[in-house]
Amino acid sequence: MGSHKKAFQFILATLIVIVVSAVCFAFSGIIGYRVVAYVLLITVSFIAMLFDILPVLLSALLSALIWDFFFIPPRFTFYVGTAQDTFTLAMYFVIALINAVLTYKVRQIEKRARIKEEKNNAIHLYNILLNSLSHELKTPIATIIGATDNLMSDTSKFSEENRKSLLSEISIASVRLNQQVENLLNISRLEAGYLKPKKDWCDVTDLIYSVVNRLEGVEGHRIEIKINDKLPLFKLDIGFMEQVLFNLLRNAIAHTDPGTVITVSADYITALGEIFGESANGKVGAHAINHSLILEISDTGSGFPPDEIEDVFDKFYRLKNSKTGGTGLGLSIVKGLVEAHNGTVKLMNRPEGGAKFIIKIPAEISEVNKQQYE
Amino acid sequence: MNNPEILVIDDEGQIRKLLQITLQSNDYNVKLAENAKEGLIAAANHPPDLILLDIGLPDESGHSVLKKLREWYEQPIIILSVQNSEEDIVTALDNGANDYLIKPYRTAELLARIRSALRKSTVPEKNIIGDIGGLEIDLAARTVKKNNEVIKLTSTEYTLLTLFVRNEGKALTHRFLLKEVWGPNFSNESQYLRVYIAQLRKKIEENPNKPLYLITETGVGYRFVSQNIKE
Repeated sequence: MGSHKKAFQFILATLIVIVVSAVCFAFSGIIGYRVVAYVLLITVSFIAMLFDILPVLLSALLSALIWDFFFIPPRFTFYVGTAQDTFTLAMYFVIALINAVLTYKVRQIEKRARIKEEKNNAIHLYNILLNSLSHELKTPIATIIGATDNLMSDTSKFSEENRKSLLSEISIASVRLNQQVENLLNISRLEAGYLKPKKDWCDVTDLIYSVVNRLEGVEGHRIEIKINDKLPLFKLDIGFMEQVLFNLLRNAIAHTDPGTVITVSADYITALGEIFGESANGKVGAHAINHSLILEISDTGSGFPPDEIEDVFDKFYRLKNSKTGGTGLGLSIVKGLVEAHNGTVKLMNRPEGGAKFIIKIPAEISEVNKQQYE
Repeated sequence: MNNPEILVIDDEGQIRKLLQITLQSNDYNVKLAENAKEGLIAAANHPPDLILLDIGLPDESGHSVLKKLREWYEQPIIILSVQNSEEDIVTALDNGANDYLIKPYRTAELLARIRSALRKSTVPEKNIIGDIGGLEIDLAARTVKKNNEVIKLTSTEYTLLTLFVRNEGKALTHRFLLKEVWGPNFSNESQYLRVYIAQLRKKIEENPNKPLYLITETGVGYRFVSQNIKE
């Protein structure tokens, strides 16, 4: 791509010089050939503002030659008639070169300053993230240390009730800590490219129910399940998919009010080239058909702020007014795991309110279960 | 009656300490070993009723310790493993481990797994299982009843269910199930297993989507439970 861009710059620089020269040529009777030199100099400066050093040098050289050949009398020869014109041509060439080099240098300096600023911004952002992360990790640790210190100091001054509540705090904090560490481990494994999907036949219905059963009744949310009853088996990494569903559901539960309805739906699409439609039921050669699993997780909550939808899958990203604890890793893990399957995950706000995550994963299917059920 | 003896082989001092306290206060005799060598010697000197074996040992992998133990030791072995290591678990189960626990595990679960493993090793074969879902399985008469009504099972379904009942409480790997029911050539054809599990659940479970008997062990296999061991 880089070499394409360079070639493009050379062609464009040449074209600009030729076009400007042609216009000057048309008016050369009125403006005189010395003015043409100024116009060409301005053109070279203009090119120097936009392009790399080599195309700029090319345009300086080319414009000098054009001026000499087409404008300095006698025209249509490289021969220069008077000593004055020889001198002007030499000066033209030197000025064009100085112009080109200086402009280029100024741009280089600007570019360096910009990179430095971006770097500083990145460091700043990273510090914010590290602070938020260390907060998320240190809060449960502080709870555990504080509670155990209390329990070890002098047990007699605690009522049985207080003792139990301290113990329960330790338990909750440990589970939370474990969750955060697991997230961090997962994201670093994903980043290192260490996590490769190990695909096996997967009963998506079983998968969805096993995740939902684990989360059932959490904080008063209702989870509804809608699964196409003709769903075939898919070849997927079951562990990955479990994590994807778990993170999305836990995210929905954490960020919506109790009583919110969360819907999980599973369906599939079959694509034949560009055409989407019903399963071909083996009538068309199986190799020509691409199947995709479609999972949708939607809720009746308040949705995402539209200007932050783009960012929610970024590592460590947390919504600006987010109150609940979290490292901002859950959704980036979802994205990583889905992409490890060559799939896509999209987030949108539903017109009727609430958020909707749509996951599309291309996967091999098995019709074995369909034949059995019929 | 003597309390059952449990040998813990784990290199982490804190974990050994914790297990010792947990197990002793639940009336088990506890022996501790901090590496593979010590563990193998301890097991040979005085064979325990059950072994808790950590996979990540410093001097030798837990897998190889498991293989060495299984050359002569027939009592239950429960594997302790870290997260995201389904492969380790499957390998260990296929090599003769009875069960596994993922660190960090909850104490209630640990105790339930130990109880279940010890119960099995004392009661060699069960014929009838009656439980919360009203399921009755009579292996001698080859009949399965749900809510006192006989359920018709195909022969493959019955073979599969029998295998589960005989290994009640134990996590069975996909490979093991496929090999036992369909034969060694089918050990990678997990699609058949998925289908038959779904069918079997439809027939024996009250709600196939919230199975009480046939529990999915994600990435590992399935487990048949006749008592709710979640506690």
